[in-house]
Amino acid sequence: MFETRSGPPVSALEEIDLEIGEQEFVTLVGRSGCGKSTLLRLIAGLLPVSGGRITIGEREVDSPRRDVGLMFQQPALMPWRTVIQNIMFPVEILGLDRRTSAEKAEQLIALVGLQGFEGRRPWELSGGMQQRAALCRALIHEPRVLLMDEPFAALDALTREELSLELQRIWSDRRTTIVFVTHSISEAAILSDRVVVMTPRPGRVARVVAVPVPRPRAFGEELHAEALARAEEEVRTLLYVREPMQGAA
Amino acid sequence: MTEFEVAPRTRGHRVGRASLRLIAPLVTFVGLLVLWGLATRVFDWPIWLVPSPVDVADALWEYREFLPRQFWVTFVETIAGFGLAIAIGIPLAIVIAVSPILEMTIYPILLALNAVPKIAIAPILVLWMGFGPGPKIVVALLLCIFPIVIGTATGLKATPPEFVELARSLTAGRTQMFVKVRFPAAMPHIFVGLKVAISLAVIGAVIGEFVGSSEGLGWVILNSQSNLNTPLAFAAMALLAIMSILLFYALVALERLLVPWARHVDT
Repeated sequence: MFETRSGPPVSALEEIDLEIGEQEFVTLVGRSGCGKSTLLRLIAGLLPVSGGRITIGEREVDSPRRDVGLMFQQPALMPWRTVIQNIMFPVEILGLDRRTSAEKAEQLIALVGLQGFEGRRPWELSGGMQQRAALCRALIHEPRVLLMDEPFAALDALTREELSLELQRIWSDRRTTIVFVTHSISEAAILSDRVVVMTPRPGRVARVVAVPVPRPRAFGEELHAEALARAEEEVRTLLYVREPMQGAA
Repeated sequence: MTEFEVAPRTRGHRVGRASLRLIAPLVTFVGLLVLWGLATRVFDWPIWLVPSPVDVADALWEYREFLPRQFWVTFVETIAGFGLAIAIGIPLAIVIAVSPILEMTIYPILLALNAVPKIAIAPILVLWMGFGPGPKIVVALLLCIFPIVIGTATGLKATPPEFVELARSLTAGRTQMFVKVRFPAAMPHIFVGLKVAISLAVIGAVIGEFVGSSEGLGWVILNSQSNLNTPLAFAAMALLAIMSILLFYALVALERLLVPWARHVDT
């Protein structure tokens, strides 16, 4: 249960019993107000947990942790910093070794194809490139868990597909645990090991849908089309069947 | 028509607008000078009442050694007052932005201080500090500190929430949050305050000179008025305007240098 700052406490989330495996890619899907962003912020330690427990590894989450990376819908790149300075921001905050981190930054930049843009300012980059830089920043301190809150929602459809496939490649390569919030069912299906379908008021888990499709996956690919479509269909049914209940609540 | 023709045309249009931005005020300014000159001829005003632009230019030439010295005096007072206002105002704004309790304590006092006409304080300052540069610097400081405090405090409170959340998720402490996020994010707001403040600093220095002094452009205006040397008063006023404009654009240049992103954020 999460208490809002003013007024009586509102139960934002209830009966969430979720275990995410090491190196697993899990998406949270649901309508607006189902608490998926709240859940993400609780995992990040940005919001106080007022009931229940969240643990990463052995340790309970009660405040922000050094081994979590965060990415938002907006790139949130600081305009007074260059691309490389933005990517190195966590290094400065966490007091990590600059030299080794600079090497890691170089690798990440190569991984997302931002070579040559290190010295540019954020506003000189396209939306997709800004989000790529934000991804590098989220990964620079090699977090154990990467939390992504609709990271591609503000991008155009083509860039969005491109970036989700790139994320799949990066995840396959680095195997960080990822919790990914999205509104897009196809995005959820193509990326996840499991899709957590959530319903609002109060936010709860309707069902966890497994996507047993081998990687690499691609949009519109013949080979896995059927299995992906089946997963998408299941998620869609859960999201829409619950709709009448919303009115009744 | 091909599309290639469109691009050069828009560019030409832009260049036209840029030069127009320079030419339009210049033409207007010259036109006003001519009108002023004609009016003094037509109405035949005596020179001690309304001097013509030519009379003012004559005075500028005649006093070419005297006026730069007075310009320098007022300039130093202005810069000293402005510098002190920054040195006091920005820490004050930081305190206000950081602590709600101190905000409640300091803000009303600051508002009250700002409400008192500075020209009413000036004579008392002369009584306390004498006829030297002291009172001028203090009046300049008092007049221009308010926009600096407001601009800085507003900027420090307007940090984009995603920057705060990002830094917080990385376990940033209060100092790190301030130095690496909140203060840099406030820079565009701080410069808004500084640009308002600099013109007020010039006015403050002149007010200080009006009340009691033996040098500076404000003193020149007051003194030449009593000698009926009106062209000299106008010359001093013109120099004050030039000082104000120069200082303003110096700040604009500094802003471009230090805050190049100000034009690219819409927060």
